[in-house]
Amino acid sequence: MKLIFKSIEKDGCGSIGLIPEEPEDMWHAFNLIAEGDAVTASTVRKVQTESSTGSSTSNRVRTTLTITVENIDFDTQACVLRLKGRNIVENQYVKMGAYHTLDLELNRKFTLKKALWDSVALERVDTACDPATNADVAAVVMQEGLAHVCLITPSMTLVRSKIDMNIPRKRKGFVQQHEKGLNKFYDAVMQAILRPKNVDFNIVKCVIIASPGFVKDQFFDYMIQQAIKTDNKLLLDNRGKFLLVKAASGFKHSLKEVLQEPAVLAKISDTKAAGEVKLLESFYTMLQLEPAKAFYGKKHIDKANEAQAIETLMISDKLFRCQDIQKRKEYVAIVDSVRENGGDVRIFSSMHVSGEQLDQLTGIAAVLRFPMPELEDSDAEDGDSESDSD
Amino acid sequence: MARHRNVRNRHYSDEYYDEDLYGNSVEEDSCLSPSDTAQWMYDRSRNQQAISHFLDSANDIQEESEDEHPNISQPALERRESTDIRSLNLDEENEAKLMSCLDALRDILGDTISENILIQSVLKHNFDYDKALDEILNNNKSKQHGVPKVEPAKPTLTIDPLKPAAVISVPKVIATNLEPKSMAIVKGFKIGLSEDSGSRPQTPRDQSPCTERAAIKTEQIEEVKTPKVKENKVDPNKQYNQERGSDKDHLYIVVIGHVDAGKSTLMGRLLCDLGEVSQKTLHKYEQESKKIGKQSFMYAWVLDETGEERVRGITMDVGRAQFETKTKHVIILDAPGHADFIPNMITGAGQADVALLVIDATRGEFESGFDLGGQTREHALLVRSLGVSQLAVAVNKLDTSNWSQERFNEITKKLKSFLKQAGFKDSDVTYVPCSGLTGENLIKPPNEPELLQWYNGPCLLDVIDNFNVPERPVSKPLRMSVNDVFKGTGSGFCVSGRIENGMLSKGDKVLICPTKEMAEVRSISLNDLSSNVGFAGDQVVATISGVEMQNVSVGCVLSDPIQQVPVTSRFEARIVVFNVKVPITKGFPVLIHHQSLVESANIVKLKALLNKSTGELIKKKPRCLGNNSVAVVEIEVCRPICVERYKDVKELGRVMLRVAGVTIAAGLVTDIVTT
Repeated sequence: MKLIFKSIEKDGCGSIGLIPEEPEDMWHAFNLIAEGDAVTASTVRKVQTESSTGSSTSNRVRTTLTITVENIDFDTQACVLRLKGRNIVENQYVKMGAYHTLDLELNRKFTLKKALWDSVALERVDTACDPATNADVAAVVMQEGLAHVCLITPSMTLVRSKIDMNIPRKRKGFVQQHEKGLNKFYDAVMQAILRPKNVDFNIVKCVIIASPGFVKDQFFDYMIQQAIKTDNKLLLDNRGKFLLVKAASGFKHSLKEVLQEPAVLAKISDTKAAGEVKLLESFYTMLQLEPAKAFYGKKHIDKANEAQAIETLMISDKLFRCQDIQKRKEYVAIVDSVRENGGDVRIFSSMHVSGEQLDQLTGIAAVLRFPMPELEDSDAEDGDSESDSD
Repeated sequence: MARHRNVRNRHYSDEYYDEDLYGNSVEEDSCLSPSDTAQWMYDRSRNQQAISHFLDSANDIQEESEDEHPNISQPALERRESTDIRSLNLDEENEAKLMSCLDALRDILGDTISENILIQSVLKHNFDYDKALDEILNNNKSKQHGVPKVEPAKPTLTIDPLKPAAVISVPKVIATNLEPKSMAIVKGFKIGLSEDSGSRPQTPRDQSPCTERAAIKTEQIEEVKTPKVKENKVDPNKQYNQERGSDKDHLYIVVIGHVDAGKSTLMGRLLCDLGEVSQKTLHKYEQESKKIGKQSFMYAWVLDETGEERVRGITMDVGRAQFETKTKHVIILDAPGHADFIPNMITGAGQADVALLVIDATRGEFESGFDLGGQTREHALLVRSLGVSQLAVAVNKLDTSNWSQERFNEITKKLKSFLKQAGFKDSDVTYVPCSGLTGENLIKPPNEPELLQWYNGPCLLDVIDNFNVPERPVSKPLRMSVNDVFKGTGSGFCVSGRIENGMLSKGDKVLICPTKEMAEVRSISLNDLSSNVGFAGDQVVATISGVEMQNVSVGCVLSDPIQQVPVTSRFEARIVVFNVKVPITKGFPVLIHHQSLVESANIVKLKALLNKSTGELIKKKPRCLGNNSVAVVEIEVCRPICVERYKDVKELGRVMLRVAGVTIAAGLVTDIVTT
């Protein structure tokens, strides 16, 4: 993302101009834009004009519109952000108050005006505009009959393709059917990897193939053999990019284990995904060893924060996307106060596997500096409302 | 059809040819002389007898079982002359006639009688529907005579009264295909027919040489009543008794244990000794395994069939085989021991009635398999959680420690305390010292003097024979969990699985859940023999039609269309947490294993923490669940699955939760949240 300008008043209101450059930036924009914000962007609108004789013609015009956002839609697969709202700046084509749906486009400037730019939003702008090259990693988690081809970007894990096939078991006299099924499955996975939309070998740093047992080795052998057979330069040239690691299953959340593998960490240590997994793991370890030092749920976190006890705060970005402005303010306040007290705040992307898990875990969790057993005793009746709210 | 047979025959001869080739190539390819190779290769069996020695003994057994053999194959015989309508070369008009006759016959008879017989009799009587019906009913009656002949030596009387007494008969559960109105008709015919009693023996069973004529006479009196039982097909219990009462009980046994404990070898050896594997095949395995330098795997190859498994020398998927003991028909499920294949092992164990735990007695091996992280513990815990309560422990490879009693006692002592903790009763666990590779104490009492000094217990086969067969809930509504879907020969496709509840007969309409599609059962095969009906507890392969193959997947449940299996994506379960590295919290992503199904799920709510022994409530809504705790949780599955409350159907009410390749908890479904 490129920052064009930033004009924010002392009271926090103001506008920022941005140019999204990559699909990933749409995700950042999605997290930035909240309902009620005003967005100015260039768009295409169908305009009907009536001539003096009464015949009407409709044609599409490109125009710049400003709308107050009422509805936000994000397509994770295609990384498209659609904003629906009423027009607030009238021009020659569009009347005041007319509804329009903006499709934010790559490489086109948009301006976002908020009534209040809080610290979390500003931080999001900073990270989005951080020019550090972000390394993408492709990962294939598989088991016999099930595979997920995922793309791990700094703030998102995208399932590009899911292959779910039924492979007949081995049985007396029917061994070929099993092997035939396997080969068919491997072929499907290979095709999924080769689809350029899924894995772009120019961009990805490495392709992780993870599976239990020997499936990964079998698959890799199969793929290379096929590549030699069909003289597939793409695969043969990028052979070194493949990394075979162990995973317990072919389901998506086993990516979590994959990202903790030392061999993988060595390659992708700078990605956000790996860091988040590690952090969440440390939270769980703390919960096991010293349950009085690890808490989750807003109520507990609030109390711990009051006692300035929070060392590391983990919070899902989903909480900041909530529609209720009051709630968002509360979460922002927690983040700010933890920072003030010297604590570490990590905002998890809810698009990563670890973030998904944190979302389930009320979306907010913390490791404390000192044990607070009194929190544990206080009956925890909260939590449900938060996790069920979505 | 005929062409198929040609192919099959040719294939056989190819195999023989192959074998010769292998024999040659061994000599030609190896530049080392056999004595040289022997010098460089470790061969555990070297100091034992030569392999061929055992082959001879296997031969002996085969001779013995010979007279048993025809009996077993008998039921299949009548179906083997399968008649396909197409193969009859009828012209269109006649075919139409045949079809209408068949439909009319089926209206009356339901699906109790196989289509082949119907077709045959219709053709015989030149499409005369009445005559054909007469003949069929007559034959039917004569078939009743045939049933007890199959095994006259067995005292059927002792079994029959036991079963109906134990199973609570639920009359409302009705096999769907027989309508009561047609039964009356059948009855009418029967009476008339039994009077003229002109039944011509036509089925092969009738023509079969019966072994003991004397025994039949005593049972003749009883037989007069049996036709009535047949009419009452609505009562599955009676039908079960009728079909199976005289048969040996079927017992499914899963073989578990740590990697390389010798599970496959032990079972392979057992099968060889029992004569279930032909010498030719065994010889082939011996040659081939020798060729790749793994002669000790020759017995394991009986069960490990895929190339991958043989090359790596480990079992990867559950292997199946069967044999007979004195009182039982045993089906073994050879589970993989490797940690990566535990999902497969769970599939196997979910279908088993009892388990055989194989322990490697070699010094150091037992310890590594038993210590935390070894599969001995996890397997034992898993089978216990899957409802297996009877266990035999085969202390294998005891020959490596010279049949030392000390070693045996050391192992059993450690296991005893662990198994007790895992929930096995001491009385339900039997320990047997044995050796899979040398075949010691498998089917015959031991010969080794060192072992004889201190061991006088039963051999492995006797232990298996002594297992109790659990109750089969045949009268409950049908539930069959699918563990494999594959293309069979001919039309339709096959699903294999275990019937948990109720019975499945040919022609039944079943509902496939969770997709909720109706399908029709075309044929059923039970342990590789085709059959008309399968009962609870059976492993069957059913050919079904009426649904797309893609819509049936592993983990589906074939259910009674009226009393359906609940389909849900959210349910409440009481779980027992095993040893976990990190505590279980809300939102914990897990893999849920339910029968053969593996699905990703989330623990969405921790409802209550319970006292482990008393079940009392300790804490409502706990923050997390640590080691060895018992709790009530709510689980949400990504896709809807078929679960039952544990109190309704035990097998479908059990779930395993696994994370990162480790089993973290076992659960029982207590409530189903309707979605």
